[in-house]
Amino acid sequence: MRKLSAFNLATLVLGIAFLYLPIVILIVYSFNASRLVVVWGGWSMHWYAELAGDAPLLGAAFISLRVALVSATAATVLGTLAAVALVRFGRFRGRLLFAAMIYAPLVMPEVITGLSMLLLFVAISVDRGFWTVVIAHTTMALCFVAVIVQARLVDFDMSLEEAAMDLGASPGRTFMAVTLPLILPAIAASWMLAFALSLDDLVIASFTTGPGATTLPIRIYSEVRLGVSPEMNAVCSIVVAVVGIAVIAASLLTKIGAARGAPAGN
Amino acid sequence: MQTVGSKQGVARRDFAPWTDHTLAPLLRIEGLTKRFGAYPAVDNLSLAIYPGEFFALLGPSGCGKTTLLRLIAGFERASAGRILLDGVDLLPVPPHRRPVNMMFQSYALFPHLTVAGNVAFGLKQEGLPKAQIAKRVGEMLALVHLENFGSRKPHELSGGQRQRVALARSLVKRPRILLLDEPMAALDKKLRGETQFELMELQRRLGLTFIIVTHDQSEAMTVADRIAVMDRGHLMQVAPPAEIYEQPNSRWVADFIGSVNLFEGRVGLDGSSVEGTALGRLRVGAKIAAEPGAPVWVAVRPEQLRMGPNPAEPDAQWALENDVAATLADVAYLGDLSIYRLRTAAGVPLQASRANVGPFAPRTIASNDKVWLNFPRAAAIVLTQ
Amino acid sequence: MSDAHKSMAKPRRSFVAKLVVRLPYAWLVAFFLVPFLIVLKISLSQTAIAQPPYTPIFDLAGGWHGIASFFAGLSLDNYAFLGSDPLYFLSYLKSLEIAALSTVMLLVIGYPIAYAMTRAPRRMQAVLVLLVILPFWTSFLIRIYAWMNILQHDGPLNRLLLALDLVREPPVWLSTNTAVYIGIVYSYLPFMVLPLYATLEKLDESLLEAAADLGCPRWKAFWLVTMPLSAPGVIAGALLCFIPAVGEFVIPDLLGGSRTAMIGQTIWTEFFANKDWPTASAVAVVLVCLLVTPIVIFQHQTMRGIERD
Repeated sequence: MRKLSAFNLATLVLGIAFLYLPIVILIVYSFNASRLVVVWGGWSMHWYAELAGDAPLLGAAFISLRVALVSATAATVLGTLAAVALVRFGRFRGRLLFAAMIYAPLVMPEVITGLSMLLLFVAISVDRGFWTVVIAHTTMALCFVAVIVQARLVDFDMSLEEAAMDLGASPGRTFMAVTLPLILPAIAASWMLAFALSLDDLVIASFTTGPGATTLPIRIYSEVRLGVSPEMNAVCSIVVAVVGIAVIAASLLTKIGAARGAPAGN
Repeated sequence: MQTVGSKQGVARRDFAPWTDHTLAPLLRIEGLTKRFGAYPAVDNLSLAIYPGEFFALLGPSGCGKTTLLRLIAGFERASAGRILLDGVDLLPVPPHRRPVNMMFQSYALFPHLTVAGNVAFGLKQEGLPKAQIAKRVGEMLALVHLENFGSRKPHELSGGQRQRVALARSLVKRPRILLLDEPMAALDKKLRGETQFELMELQRRLGLTFIIVTHDQSEAMTVADRIAVMDRGHLMQVAPPAEIYEQPNSRWVADFIGSVNLFEGRVGLDGSSVEGTALGRLRVGAKIAAEPGAPVWVAVRPEQLRMGPNPAEPDAQWALENDVAATLADVAYLGDLSIYRLRTAAGVPLQASRANVGPFAPRTIASNDKVWLNFPRAAAIVLTQ
Repeated sequence: MSDAHKSMAKPRRSFVAKLVVRLPYAWLVAFFLVPFLIVLKISLSQTAIAQPPYTPIFDLAGGWHGIASFFAGLSLDNYAFLGSDPLYFLSYLKSLEIAALSTVMLLVIGYPIAYAMTRAPRRMQAVLVLLVILPFWTSFLIRIYAWMNILQHDGPLNRLLLALDLVREPPVWLSTNTAVYIGIVYSYLPFMVLPLYATLEKLDESLLEAAADLGCPRWKAFWLVTMPLSAPGVIAGALLCFIPAVGEFVIPDLLGGSRTAMIGQTIWTEFFANKDWPTASAVAVVLVCLLVTPIVIFQHQTMRGIERD
């Protein structure tokens, strides 16, 4: 077992502290009883209780969840198909353009993605709202899904698929009975990523949303622009807690899954 | 193509279907070619394999033996030629409809299925009733001594157990031909030796036809009825193990299988000697199938060279008619035998080997000793190519 | 034997197999390629045509004649306009400057962290990776908001500084470039640390032992062996931070000042406040062109890396 030198240990402690301290401070302040954010007025759940009555905020959270659920699911399906096409179909016509369209959105500034989406919806005279945000988020997230699933498929031991075919499974059955169960953890992880990306997105949603489809980040942004407030501290703390627990649970699950092998597929 | 009939050195004395011209081969490969880009991995290859044979494809890495196996399984598309199983061309048949099964070098066990699930996989694809699948899986697991491991996952097994699961999985569908791709490469040496004999026993008990790919000579010679030696996409020789070793048909095969001393020369006027070799004139056993004066090579296996302190007696029982004086350079003691590296006065390197028999057999020869080497006419293999 | 699998590609594919390619393909063409072409087109059109109320942008009904007149109608006026107003030039310049400087800061901070991670015991490394990834999963907006909390005039940072007697007067943090740098470094740190860690972690320990064996002291071995071999990670991390930082909107908008906007803000303002779509589109097209350069370099590097392997 190696031992960390004092310098390396200090670096790690400082680095982790830098990453986590702001979030910890945010959470601590969300329990501040005082209306003035900077004055400590003792511990209180007051601002959380306040949130329960904030209908527009809850509405926005509900819309965000719905957008994230639908777009993450659509992006996972489309992205997995795209990854299979890229890894397993060899050279097909237009493959270069296909690959470019999958990688380009990953580095495209959100402002431009949002702008171009909006211009499309205007060009075809679609009323903007829930579904336009879903389409925009699906497009952005499907590229992330494709990249993650593609990485898993590239690592995939081809002889497993050959063995299945050798034993009489057609290519379609082979995919369902062998490939899919084995890449399932990667697909689940990319669904989670797509969900988190959608839940998190402000810029693209701002461009593509319409009346009645204000997402949580848009709502938070409009409040936060005016300055720090105790209600926002509470909202943000809840989001952090939910996402944090989900991610830790998911990573534990994948670890157990990896240790036991994926669940049996019969 | 070498289809010369011979029963020499076959483990099963009466088994030599390739010599019986009334028998139809199970698998017939005709003019098969597979190119990767411009490079031919398998080059216009023809071969016939008979029912019940244990057939080995042997060759250095990159010789095309695995590609040939994958062509039979259907994982590669042939560039030209035909593969006929019972007279029916397999090439248009996709891998999942071919009545052959393969055991993979990596075993390719499905990590998400149990041992029983892996073995049952192929039967499920046939849509057999559940009870029948369970029965056959049970029988198969018993056959490979894994009755109690059905509910384990592959990663909970040892390397040897995994290998047996892979074997059971590929056998359970009763394939017309079982293809084995380096099936013992991942086992340690001792286990490999035992498994080779188990595999032979299993093959004979089930009466199946096996084709094994291996780069391990001793493995091929142990298990196979016939060996096909391959190089750069071509078959160099197809024959039973002993014939390959004792009657190689070319310098390449003689050199690839085991160790050999090779001397180039010309056919003598009497037709049963080779002149002008590095060792001078060498007498050989039979009439050489080449015109006097034609270039030929004489191959002598190291164990055929006898060492002694004096030249051989002319009337000795062995008729050791080829003599040469040499100096010992090095000895490698390997336990069961020792290998001697020698050099003639003219500087020609030679290799001899001798079994170390008897309790602490006296090894009287040491470096820089002068010795006489001799070998009988019959031990000289004459190669014309 | 390695391209054995590729040669398996079947010439005829079933309907389902075709769908596997066509569905995502069609989606990306419809919702990524076409929108981007629209941006390009609007950036080249006269201001009057594309302004709201939303007049038709494409006249597909016009056939070839329509397409011909469409191309005749294109103009570079909007790009000329970008050149004439120093506001845009300064905005690009500021974006590049902030992105470049924060990338350097990220390298300086991220490298020691990534290196220290590789020195930790094996089992701890998995936990450390999770700890570095975790903040990335929490909302970007919330992490910036957390810094608004900290950097306020009477916020925890200033109170700490006053308590430690490091400053007399509480300094102004919010609405300054410093706050933008803090925000970018904080948000992008995982993007820098993870590729660096991935590269350093793969580094063969015996290389350092060989260097020591040959008489090279530890610090020198780090400089002569570790650093050069971690170059791919440095490049990957730098690009992963630099490219999105150039187009950043949320961080400068919430933490930065209003004097000079970064280019992401400029597009946002042109679009939402000024409703000048053609100018916004032209700004966007120029930004994409600016970003393509480092991406091409990155691609080139990865290709070379693959060839080396």
